[in-house]
Amino acid sequence: MNEASLIGLLIATVSFGALLYLAALGELIAEKAGVLNLGVEGMMAIGAVTAFIAGVEFQNPWLALLIAMLSGALLASVHGLFTVGLGAEQVVSGLALTILGLGLAAYLGKDYVGLRPGAELVPVEWGPLSELPWVGPIFFSQAPVVYIALFAGIAASLVLSRTRLGLALRAAGESASSTDSAGHSVLGLRLSAVATGGALAGASGAYLTLSITPQWAEGLTAGRGWIAVALVIFGAWRPGRVGWGALLFGGTLALKTRLQTFGVDFSPIILSMLPYVLTLLILLIISVRARKRPSSAPAALGLAYRREER
Amino acid sequence: MRKRILALLAVLFTFGMLATACGSSDDSSSSSSSDNSSSSSSSDDSSSSSSSDDSSSSSSSEAAETEAASDTKAAFIMVAPIGDAGWNYAHDVGRKYAEAETGVETAYVDAVPEGTSEFDNYVRDFIDQGYNVIVGTSFGYMDAMLALADEYPEVVFEHVSGYKMNETNFGNTFGRMYEPRYLSGMVAGSATSSNLIGYVAAFPIPEVIRGINAFTLGVQAINPDAQVEVVWTSTWFDPVVEGDSAQALLDKGADVIAMHQDSTAAGEKAEAAGARWVSYNTDMSQFAPAAYLTAPVWNWGPRYVEIIEDAKAGNYAPTSYWGSMADGIVDLAPIASDVDQSVIDQVMEAKAAIIAGDLHPFTGPLLDQDGTEVLGAGEIMDDGAMLGMMFFVEGVIGSTG
Repeated sequence: MNEASLIGLLIATVSFGALLYLAALGELIAEKAGVLNLGVEGMMAIGAVTAFIAGVEFQNPWLALLIAMLSGALLASVHGLFTVGLGAEQVVSGLALTILGLGLAAYLGKDYVGLRPGAELVPVEWGPLSELPWVGPIFFSQAPVVYIALFAGIAASLVLSRTRLGLALRAAGESASSTDSAGHSVLGLRLSAVATGGALAGASGAYLTLSITPQWAEGLTAGRGWIAVALVIFGAWRPGRVGWGALLFGGTLALKTRLQTFGVDFSPIILSMLPYVLTLLILLIISVRARKRPSSAPAALGLAYRREER
Repeated sequence: MRKRILALLAVLFTFGMLATACGSSDDSSSSSSSDNSSSSSSSDDSSSSSSSDDSSSSSSSEAAETEAASDTKAAFIMVAPIGDAGWNYAHDVGRKYAEAETGVETAYVDAVPEGTSEFDNYVRDFIDQGYNVIVGTSFGYMDAMLALADEYPEVVFEHVSGYKMNETNFGNTFGRMYEPRYLSGMVAGSATSSNLIGYVAAFPIPEVIRGINAFTLGVQAINPDAQVEVVWTSTWFDPVVEGDSAQALLDKGADVIAMHQDSTAAGEKAEAAGARWVSYNTDMSQFAPAAYLTAPVWNWGPRYVEIIEDAKAGNYAPTSYWGSMADGIVDLAPIASDVDQSVIDQVMEAKAAIIAGDLHPFTGPLLDQDGTEVLGAGEIMDDGAMLGMMFFVEGVIGSTG
């Protein structure tokens, strides 16, 4: 293994980590407010296709990213409408959202398959920082979305833990009725959390088509949205831990095929199962520990709230 | 609450495993069935088609034959989206060509996973709608097609890339892709200066291994010092993994990337790194114009015309068709204009020799990866050995799994 290969592995780890982190962070915010959204895969696909289409039509990558985030938020709002507004079963609605999102993305993208990208988000150069050995290429030559993911993670962490809004949001996910009696709108909090989650999943999808593989093809997300859902559990609903988890899972994605070029004969199929096996293990640990102390999952996660109903 | 999370996890796992294990299976739910939506009364269709089929096989009168001709309809079933610009796209081009040439109505459904009942359901649905030629274009459909062919003896089944057949209505079709692969290797061998060529490949099965070996022999015919390093992706179609595998090879120092995959992602990474690219399935030059060198490509149209014409005339007889460059089912796409004319001349000379039968890529002496002789000097490998090929030739870096 030479130095360039190792640096390449770390570049890919950070890049895939950011891809997973954005989507996982969105899911975390929705779940913190008490809404489980299994539609991440669908929202990512919609983000990916709308970003590509907008890139081709308007030739502006930032506008494309914005449109992808809005589309993700819009699709997530469908889930919000059904689960928060009408009290529908969240698991069922989320699964439906994945199927809807994938189908809709395939339909919308039909005429854009095989086209050259109209816009790309190319790596940012940070002047002398990018020239540093190792650190430069790995951290200071990434696409802008990677820095957006980092910023979003810090912002989400601060807002959730340090602000009144964050407190209200978390309260909506722990005990909706007490949030309601405290004068906050559970409906409003949950809907905006779901929409924010959709926007972040959309941004993650946009990262695929604007930077990682600047093309549109059906099936581009290939199950990565599900890894993001697993990451939230893995990271015990904490933005920081989810971030480290994203790097770890991103690393397994990057290692999957690179291990072969390092001369290691190890099945790539087993490596692609690794995120799920790790999540299982973490869940096992959480479950065992939960006998002694309460689980870190939001208490009202997955429960619909209707006033005057218990 | 915990129960709920466990339930969620169960769901998550099922989907996650499906998604990682079989690449495109997760978009099967969104598979787009296209032209066949106009079925008005399917029962009528099927009864009329089967009756006319009977008449065409029992009587040979002109009138009966034209009757049958107007009733022949061909359906194509594909494993990944036809928008992949690769394998499935090439089949769809062939389907359209056959429709234009024969005037027979065709339909397709794509993103149909292998090894599930979904394939059977689509086939039965097509047959109910009166389709009497069924073409399956993925290896994993083979056993399902064999069983269905027994069940519907009046329907013609043709399987692409498999090896099973029956006596009456089930045959298989494939092409000697190793011929143009060899030629594309010659071009790649002339283009490398690091003498390391990367090869992004899907699965270690004989079809893929044969391609890698033929490519490597082509490389060495021009540049004996160059080596070919293989990375297995375990997926036919996942642009992210394909692109990252190409990147891993580029990081290691490869300056030409070849591939046996269905997307164009490897080419985009080669283009970004200033390296060169040998694509596959179709001429993909538009996706990476600077990197593109050439490509071994499929040309399914004429073969599909042949099958449909035979079915139409009622004289379809199953064969194991393994067409060559001379038959036209496989070919080498145009070579990039910046490649030396002397190299192009050499490649064209080799192409003419292969078509004439004077040159066979797998001619001894042939050594495997460990230097053991697998084919003596002057010997030519027989079809059986080629179809079961599970070793790498000397010059390939990697493992056959």
